Amino acid sequence: MNWWLPPQASTFAPSIDLGFLVILIITGITFVLVEVGLIVFVIRYRQRPGQKAHYTHGSTPAEVIWTAIPAVTMVILGIVSNGLWVKIKGRNSVPANAYTIGVHAKQFEWWITYPGPDGKLGRTSTSLIQKTTNPTGLDPDDPASKDDIVVRNQLHVPAGRPVVVYLSSEDVIHSFYVPQFRVRQDVVPGLEIKAWFEATVPGQYELGCSMLCGMGHYKMRAQVFVHTQADFDAWVAQRASQAKGEGTS
Amino acid sequence: MRRLGAVAVVGAGLVVLALATVRRPAGAAADGATVTGHVKLTGKAPANPAIDMGEEPKCKAKYTTTPTDPVVVVGKTGGLANVFVYVKTGLPADAKYPTPTTAVEIDQNGCLYHPRVFGVMVGQGLAIKNSDGVLHNIKALGKKNRPFNISQPTNMVTQRAGFTVSEVMLPFECNVHGWMHAFAGVLPDPFFATTGDDGTFTIKGLPAGTYTIEAWHEKYGVQTATVTVKAGETKPADFTFTAK
Repeated sequence: MNWWLPPQASTFAPSIDLGFLVILIITGITFVLVEVGLIVFVIRYRQRPGQKAHYTHGSTPAEVIWTAIPAVTMVILGIVSNGLWVKIKGRNSVPANAYTIGVHAKQFEWWITYPGPDGKLGRTSTSLIQKTTNPTGLDPDDPASKDDIVVRNQLHVPAGRPVVVYLSSEDVIHSFYVPQFRVRQDVVPGLEIKAWFEATVPGQYELGCSMLCGMGHYKMRAQVFVHTQADFDAWVAQRASQAKGEGTS
Repeated sequence: MRRLGAVAVVGAGLVVLALATVRRPAGAAADGATVTGHVKLTGKAPANPAIDMGEEPKCKAKYTTTPTDPVVVVGKTGGLANVFVYVKTGLPADAKYPTPTTAVEIDQNGCLYHPRVFGVMVGQGLAIKNSDGVLHNIKALGKKNRPFNISQPTNMVTQRAGFTVSEVMLPFECNVHGWMHAFAGVLPDPFFATTGDDGTFTIKGLPAGTYTIEAWHEKYGVQTATVTVKAGETKPADFTFTAK
């Protein structure tokens, strides 16, 4: 069993983990200092015969210091990590060469749409969703949707290339979470939200829903396959040759 | 003594009459007509999509080969199964038909619904069974009837009160297993049937009259036929769908 963080499998992971480690060290030291102080005070000022309790306002400079230090630390952490935050979540952060994938969340499944050979995702609309034949609501009148590949609970991505996922939800708030990528993004009904990442290590991981979404929340998981670019291209070609949107995987 | 015997005879007669009334099929006329037929599929039946049940070993273990989504089921003689056949128009508007007291059972077994297509009368109960012992979440997607959404985490049966209005067809889905689909025809009368593997159906007990019979299939849509029956008569109504 891995007691520490999950393996790193995206370009974000080392930076996120560094931030996590820095915060853990700062809060860890603070925790130890506070607990030691607490224990010292408990022992030193314990009840003793003949000693009467008295009440004191305390020290104003001490209060200012222990309020100011965490506040300044938090602001510094915010400023230092802002570049990483913008890189991951910024409005225009998605690299231009990112491969586009549609991720449609519903209780309790992930439906993944790949753009097919034309490289373009077709238009979708929840009003076009047909449970048996069109689970993601692809618009059949959009030429870009003709070659799209719809797969249930399988996210395939190439390693070494940015991937942008367009997240949509059919019912309630879900959350797209691949621990090894250190990527988490809420999926909100009525909104199309982008999230991007670049996988680095080929392998098999798990995409889970990290927002309690109902009784079957725990079963809402998809397999994530990180391929080499050549393997990924072969997989797309193989799926493209099959009938589009069969409703199964 | 003679008087007592007469009372006994009359009483026994009343009991027999009452039993006969109860045993008669719900709402069906005693001298009812029958419409029977065969639903065929012409052309090459498409291959049903394979289902990857790897995520549910308990379900996967119930199959010796890769399970498929039974969208199009064609028998050896070309009969099309899972076609819902019902009387669309022609019944008296003010007729009332007794609701069966036994519930219709829909079973989740091998991560598929059994039956996939069925009829149920308005007000008739629905027994939803989970035979798989894995989480199923059945959702009725009624447009006219109030939808429901039931999670069944283990082997169990949930009794549902009946649907309130007629609706043809009312789809069901499982939120955990996206390939699971079923369809119910909800009707205020008992004149419906679902074709078996040989594509045949029989609707019994119809009063004399002229009826529009509709055959519904989840992939191939609907077809209608008009049939006129006299009391006690049996008439055919065949349907042919074309594969696409």
